[in-house]
Amino acid sequence: MSAGQEDALVQARGIHLSFGQTPALRGADIAVRAGEILAVMGPSGSGKSTLLHCLAGILVPEAGEIHFAGRRLDTLSEGERSTLRRDRFGFVFQFGQLVPELTAEENVALPLLLKGVRRGEAVARAGEWFERLELDGLHKRRSGELSGGQAQRVALGRALVARPEVLFADEPTGSLDSLTGERVMELLSTAAREHGTTVVLVTHEPRVAAYADREVIVRDGKVTSLSHDRVVV
Amino acid sequence: MTVPITLLGLLEREPSHGYDLKRDYDAFFGRGKPLPFGQVYATLGRLARDGKVAAGEPEPGAGPERKRYVITEQGVTEVAAWLAEPVEPEPHLQTVLFAKVVLALMTDRPAETYLDTQRAAHLQRMREFTELKRTGNTVDALLADHGLFHLEADLRWIDVTAARLDALAKAVRS
Ligand SMILES: Nc1ncnc2c1ncn2[C@@H]1O[C@H](COP(=O)(O)OP(=O)(O)O)[C@@H](O)[C@H]1O
Ligand SMILES: [Mg+2]
Repeated sequence: MSAGQEDALVQARGIHLSFGQTPALRGADIAVRAGEILAVMGPSGSGKSTLLHCLAGILVPEAGEIHFAGRRLDTLSEGERSTLRRDRFGFVFQFGQLVPELTAEENVALPLLLKGVRRGEAVARAGEWFERLELDGLHKRRSGELSGGQAQRVALGRALVARPEVLFADEPTGSLDSLTGERVMELLSTAAREHGTTVVLVTHEPRVAAYADREVIVRDGKVTSLSHDRVVV
Repeated sequence: MTVPITLLGLLEREPSHGYDLKRDYDAFFGRGKPLPFGQVYATLGRLARDGKVAAGEPEPGAGPERKRYVITEQGVTEVAAWLAEPVEPEPHLQTVLFAKVVLALMTDRPAETYLDTQRAAHLQRMREFTELKRTGNTVDALLADHGLFHLEADLRWIDVTAARLDALAKAVRS
């Protein structure tokens, strides 16, 4: 019914996390298969972002386990998790969160630079993303000189440039109009499928979730694996 | 899609044979469900009887189908009126699904599960439309968008209903 343990690349079992008195996750289970695009849906405040942050090793749950590629992730040190995030994960958030002092090209190159790739090579590899993300000619712009959709595509380039195994996207189209958002989703899903990147896509919008292979719903800090698994199998 | 008015509309472009009308109907409106030739000719016959089209002389060397049809003044008026009339908004799904939800609550069945199942079915359909948009031509993409917007509206209703199930249960069980 749910993803088998063997083919799960990212998995959470019974995780709990509260912010002060507010329980955000209350026994959440999720399994993300290698290579799939999984939409995590659910109402605002249900715990989607918290779940994503736990899966990505940004937050550590108070109870339960997180596994990535067969390894326990939640018991790693902050330093180890930070290295894991840098080397194997990519991130896109609702508001691109580009570094305003850097050009678009430098923003995309940033993950490579942080990994120790030489500047010339990093910028060249970053440049390759501009054409495929329909950003021709915008290499030297700074984030203040980009439209929302352009900035989000730069953020997508930055998330994918180092060829992460998992892309964590939290409402990546949330700040865009629907046509622009669809373009971003089109580019995101095409690039992910081409590279076999696993994607955890948090969204409350059905039209965005429709780019995923399947969806789960978060309600009150728990995950409901949707019934079409049941219907199809 | 109503076949007679659509054929009439296609005829307004230029006088055509039944064969041409069928081909264009299938291409633009058939959506994988071709119109049988028999239905094309029966429809044209009725339109002729009602004075909305006129059949030309049979063309040489051919059977009864080798006739060219021409739209009449009355036919053009009908097409214009049909185009100008807004389509009946169809709260179809809501009615059926609403009935299911209410009956489920009345009979202590899992209404939330039914809504989840419906949501999954809707999302599956939305994935198909999204795929069609990615791979299809402009006509496919626009039709897919139409479907996507409708399904999205249904989903909003499903979400709102799911969020208010407790209140609805109280209302229908009292
Ligand atoms: N940093 C935080 N401090 C306090 N409460 C938080 C914080 N982050 C999230 N929460 C609370 O945790 C719950 C889940 O939040 P979140 O995971 O952001 O939900 P979602 O992404 O589904 O909208 C909400 O009640 C939210 O208010
Ligand atoms: Mg969130």
